Amino acid sequence: MIAHGRRNDPGTWSVGGTERLRDAAWRALTTVKDPEIPVIDVVELGIVRGIEVGSGPDGPYVEVTITPTFSACPALHEIERNVTVAIAALGVEPRVRTTLSPPWSTDDMTDEARTKLRQFGIAPPGRHDGLLEIALDAPVRCPRCDHPDTRVRNAFGSTLCREIRTCSACEETFERFKPL
Amino acid sequence: MTPQTELDAQVSQALAYRLTAMGDDELLLGHRNSEWTGHGPVLEEDIALSNLAQDEIGHAVMWYGVRGELDGSDADDLAFRRDPAQFLSSTFVELPRGDWAFTMLRQFLFDCYEAESLPRLARSAHRPLADAAAKAQREELFHLRHTGLWVKRLGLGTDESHHRSVAALTAMWEAFGALLAPLPGDEQLVGAGVLPDWSTLPAAVFARVRAALAAADLDPGEDPVVPPLAQRNTVSEARTELLGTMQAVARADPEAVTW
Repeated sequence: MIAHGRRNDPGTWSVGGTERLRDAAWRALTTVKDPEIPVIDVVELGIVRGIEVGSGPDGPYVEVTITPTFSACPALHEIERNVTVAIAALGVEPRVRTTLSPPWSTDDMTDEARTKLRQFGIAPPGRHDGLLEIALDAPVRCPRCDHPDTRVRNAFGSTLCREIRTCSACEETFERFKPL
Repeated sequence: MTPQTELDAQVSQALAYRLTAMGDDELLLGHRNSEWTGHGPVLEEDIALSNLAQDEIGHAVMWYGVRGELDGSDADDLAFRRDPAQFLSSTFVELPRGDWAFTMLRQFLFDCYEAESLPRLARSAHRPLADAAAKAQREELFHLRHTGLWVKRLGLGTDESHHRSVAALTAMWEAFGALLAPLPGDEQLVGAGVLPDWSTLPAAVFARVRAALAAADLDPGEDPVVPPLAQRNTVSEARTELLGTMQAVARADPEAVTW
């Protein structure tokens, strides 16, 4: 059932120290994809706020702190479950906690994630440094033909994080990940 | 920042009451708007309003969650297993969805209220409340952009859309004033820094609303009266009807906790 990570004797982690476990946990999290955008993982998405490694009554544990993208995003529950499975596969006790602060922003997304989004057919959000309204109205390139002249068809789309646009050049209708 | 552990019992109780009222308002408004899902005038607007409804329900979950940290209550219990008399929602969000003008104007007025209340709450001395408000505040930007455009379309569109907008505003104006009335216990929360700048809230909301309505050629007349104290315990017919529908599935099978 567990596709990634190998089961380890919890005792082996104490030999290599917590750094090694922490690194393994970060790597394990790159196998957890966004259920709604399966090409990007939760680390690239920027929703992992921290990893804490410690020793509990049942041996070593890894506590992963994640933050929701949109507060009503239904994918969060599935992400929590998948994070738990990925960490458990390391042979340690998984703990997941969520935080709302600081609130997630699309600026937390890596450049790599943006490239993957574009290749997936979703126009990535531009960096906004807090100037959200300006980023929302900035030109958006068509993910298919790269033309900058695209227009909003609907400010809301199939998920809370997307809007629907049409390219004036190739007439393709596509989704854009909204800056947040 | 005052950590939550420093809240004394009275303040904590007042905060739980306020969080419940705020959660109930978001939940019931979200539910009312979700009644349009599958019935929107065009597909795009159906999707847009459903998105807005989902956001508001998500915000209700956040407010209930902050309350849960205070008293251990559970969001699902609060939403699905309370009787109408235990809800603290305002009449404003309970009113039936009406026509498209009523739905859009109500959501717009609520968005204006949140555009003023959330930045204040984001400065709350109660950190979990401040964090949740900061989160909701960003998402509300999408709401106001959307409903603000609709107010213009409706107000400046056709004679019919204009008249329907005026009728909708008239029908909800008094309830809008009551939405902004202080809750029992607010005074203590203001004193504890949990509700910063709260006394300036209604005037700021009305100024925002008035400017947007004027640009849409809509004149609601005088500002609505804000009662000195909110009466949230009164069970309206609309509340009973709404909860009857919203809670039907959960009550039919109390054992079903996941799907």
